[in-house]
Amino acid sequence: MKLRKNIATSENGFIFNPATGDSYSGNAIAAEILSMMKNGQIAEEIKATILEKYDAEPNQLDKDWEDWMLQLKQANLLDE
Amino acid sequence: MDDNTEILTVALTGLNATDNPGPGLGVIRALREEYPKIRIIGLSYDSLEPGIYLHNWVDKTYQIPYPTAEVGLLLDRIKYIHDKENINIIIPNFDSELYNFIKIAPELTGIGIQTFLPTHQQLEARDKANLYKFGEMHGLNVPTDIIAYSAEDIKKAEEKFSYPMVVKGKYYDAYVAHTPDQAQKSFYYLSAQWGFPVIIQQFIKGTEINISCLADGGGKAISIVCMRKLYITEKGKAWAGVTIDSEDLTELAQKFARATNWRGSFELEVMRDANEQLFIMEVNPRFPAWIYLTVAAGQNQPAMLIKLTQKISLPPVPAPTTGKMFVRYAWDHIVDVSEFQQLTAFGEL
Repeated sequence: MKLRKNIATSENGFIFNPATGDSYSGNAIAAEILSMMKNGQIAEEIKATILEKYDAEPNQLDKDWEDWMLQLKQANLLDE
Repeated sequence: MDDNTEILTVALTGLNATDNPGPGLGVIRALREEYPKIRIIGLSYDSLEPGIYLHNWVDKTYQIPYPTAEVGLLLDRIKYIHDKENINIIIPNFDSELYNFIKIAPELTGIGIQTFLPTHQQLEARDKANLYKFGEMHGLNVPTDIIAYSAEDIKKAEEKFSYPMVVKGKYYDAYVAHTPDQAQKSFYYLSAQWGFPVIIQQFIKGTEINISCLADGGGKAISIVCMRKLYITEKGKAWAGVTIDSEDLTELAQKFARATNWRGSFELEVMRDANEQLFIMEVNPRFPAWIYLTVAAGQNQPAMLIKLTQKISLPPVPAPTTGKMFVRYAWDHIVDVSEFQQLTAFGEL
């Protein structure tokens, strides 16, 4: 699933949906992931980068990733 | 008068920058940005409309008769002001005065004052009392309503839909009523304030979005700027908002312009419910108070209106910039009481 094209994100994790006016604040990791998503990287590539860069367990990352996707979907920020 | 450097004299109303603000100051700010040498003539009803005393924005103000007065008095007053000020264009900014201004528009044109207004039929079609029928006719979602002439009519609303319901004044104001007592209280207050009928409307829960539009009178909206309310006052007014853009909102505005052949400015008050359905809650036949946000979004609608009035063809407008916010504020402006005396005694300042 891809981030909607028109979604505006900033380096500090702020997300703005110009179709609805909704805005969200994310933490530093969220900002990093959003940036990778905006660059068109797929889930596996992003997860690999996170695992390489941070001390994270693959199973935990998978669970967190699902939760993250769910949050983005609920916020209507993903292309179906 | 197609050169931005030439002096243009525009007279306008809506100088009431109060807690239920009129659009006048926003319109002036937009015009001054496009026409730095413009001369602004304020037309006021009340001596305490703040714009009267803001001399950096309003060059001179004249009081005019209330909309309930005979229309001939308005025309006489405008002629008097025109003799002194040589007005090029008038922009009325209140719903309640539009009927009269539309009526005298041909006489105004005759003496060299231009307007760009809808017709009486267009004005009537979007009237709160007719909006539901209008929506049915043109396939637009409008919450169902009861047109109430007595408090007894509240019972009809109770049979048609449940509480909460929205009780609306003929021209302005609306209150959400959760009980029959609240509905009755709002009915009496609003009928005393604005006259009959009072509109009792089904309550729609959702996100409040307003759309400011300018239409050419030939079925096309030439500028559409959408704003989501971020901070809403007790009177339901946006005190902060952000520009947004979405295809269904734009299409809704175009559909309204097509259905009515609207001429001039209008504002759609829209609710987006949980199912993403859009409901038109109200149509205001004028610029909104947040009109300056259209300038921030790259579409200076008041300046475009001037050009339409002058029959200057407009280039296609770029898509509005999204993510532009307005945050309104209140300011205690200090004036000497002599200014107030001057206005109340002589009707001009």
